[in-house]
Amino acid sequence: MKITLGTVTHPGGSRVNKTGSWRTAGKPHFLHQRCIACDLCALSCPEGCIFGTGQKTYYANEDYCKGCGICANVCPVEDIEMVSEEDEHG
Amino acid sequence: MVKGRMLQGARAMAEMVALCRPKVISAYPITPQTLIVEELSQIVADGDLEAEFINVEGEHSAASVCLGACAAGARVFTCSSSQGILLMSEVIFNISGMRLPVVMICVNRSVSAPLNIWNDQQDSMILRDSGWIQLYAENNQETCDLLLQAYRIAEDHRVMLPVMVCADGYVLPHAYEIVDLPDQEKADAFLPFYEPIYKLDVENPSTMGAYADPEKYMETRYMIQETLKKSIPIVEEVARDFSNTFARPSYGLFENYHVDDSSTVVVALGSMAGTIKDAIDELRTEGEKVGLLRMICYRPFPKEALYEALRNAVNIVVIEKDISLGASGAVATDMRAIFQGRDASPRISGFVIGLGGRDVTIDDIKLAIKKAQQQFEDADFIGLKEELELEGIDA
Ligand code: SF4
Ligand code: SF4
Repeated sequence: MKITLGTVTHPGGSRVNKTGSWRTAGKPHFLHQRCIACDLCALSCPEGCIFGTGQKTYYANEDYCKGCGICANVCPVEDIEMVSEEDEHG
Repeated sequence: MVKGRMLQGARAMAEMVALCRPKVISAYPITPQTLIVEELSQIVADGDLEAEFINVEGEHSAASVCLGACAAGARVFTCSSSQGILLMSEVIFNISGMRLPVVMICVNRSVSAPLNIWNDQQDSMILRDSGWIQLYAENNQETCDLLLQAYRIAEDHRVMLPVMVCADGYVLPHAYEIVDLPDQEKADAFLPFYEPIYKLDVENPSTMGAYADPEKYMETRYMIQETLKKSIPIVEEVARDFSNTFARPSYGLFENYHVDDSSTVVVALGSMAGTIKDAIDELRTEGEKVGLLRMICYRPFPKEALYEALRNAVNIVVIEKDISLGASGAVATDMRAIFQGRDASPRISGFVIGLGGRDVTIDDIKLAIKKAQQQFEDADFIGLKEELELEGIDA
């Protein structure tokens, strides 16, 4: 990896920084039961780390998720729950 | 016949900045810097310089405007003093970390409290660790000459680091002196257009000064450290080219005033060198072997060149207008480090002088030299007023 003068990077360059290890208070578990693909979770995630292509396909990339719980909070059909780090479902 | 015009220092500096054709100027007024930016704002308002003069609400913003404009590929200028320099300091570190060739004048002034608007060099000394190149001028001519060189050095693709030209407050910008400024054509020939390596561009988006975790940050400091070391010959090269182009000496790293045949050598920066040279001239007529090494380039610190210049000295007398409170003068500490583990080991005494505008006299300089010849001194304050009672210090 090259470190440029003034650490100049191009869009997407910060993906190499896997900041998910900063997470301390649990992570989202996508139940994939009632999801209506409204995309609210993905739009609301401050890390932009939720992806989905249709109903019951949404997931969070744990390399970047900070466990803030916003996705679980905004989901209109309560299809996301926050679970502890050790939880198998994650 | 003497070439040049009788100009107030601030006017000369402003005209020189204009000759360097910055595209963006941003500053906030603070004594004793104000005159320079007032002149510049007039020059821009008169249409004599095609630049944006951006008024801001404080020095943090002035430095930030320059950072942003420089990142967008513009040549920029700012200027401040004292508290303004301190308020800028966060951005000062960002500018060097982002490798932006900003050029500024620090009009040297003491730091509060107590409030004091007069000259010493504490403000720029605090920023010696910031990754900026620091050049200290003796007079107005040299301040102008160094400004032109500062942009050349900063924008050199082997460097890409900001440069701070330091000029003693009041002593320089408020004094009238004959200053010889180049015409625009000659200035342009010496200082071509700025070609950034990276710049902010909406067509090709990028982030500068991006996040670096513990796996990467340390390398960014190493890169600046190594680049600063490699800038030493570039500072010399640009000074040589300046001297050849303008037929006027520019000393590069430091000025050697009777150093070679002297057993006692004073080391100092900035305008008090004039007084020191007078003291040295008097002492030399009495047969004393005393010289002055006037440091111009303090960062990067030219350790090897200084060692070579001073290796035969017996007494080195560092006289400086700053103090790392609780330790020693910054310059004295640096000078001592040069000789660690080397063959030559001169006695290096340190004196603090002229803080907050206290007058620096020929007798003060002679006293410091005499004390240093007798015994080692460290952070010895010269010129304290004995008649003042100091609570908590005097019994
Ligand atoms: S917990 Fe927060 S960071 Fe993690 S996926 Fe949900 S919204 Fe994004
Ligand atoms: S907010 Fe809930 S329903 Fe909407 S896409 Fe996300 S998981 Fe599915």
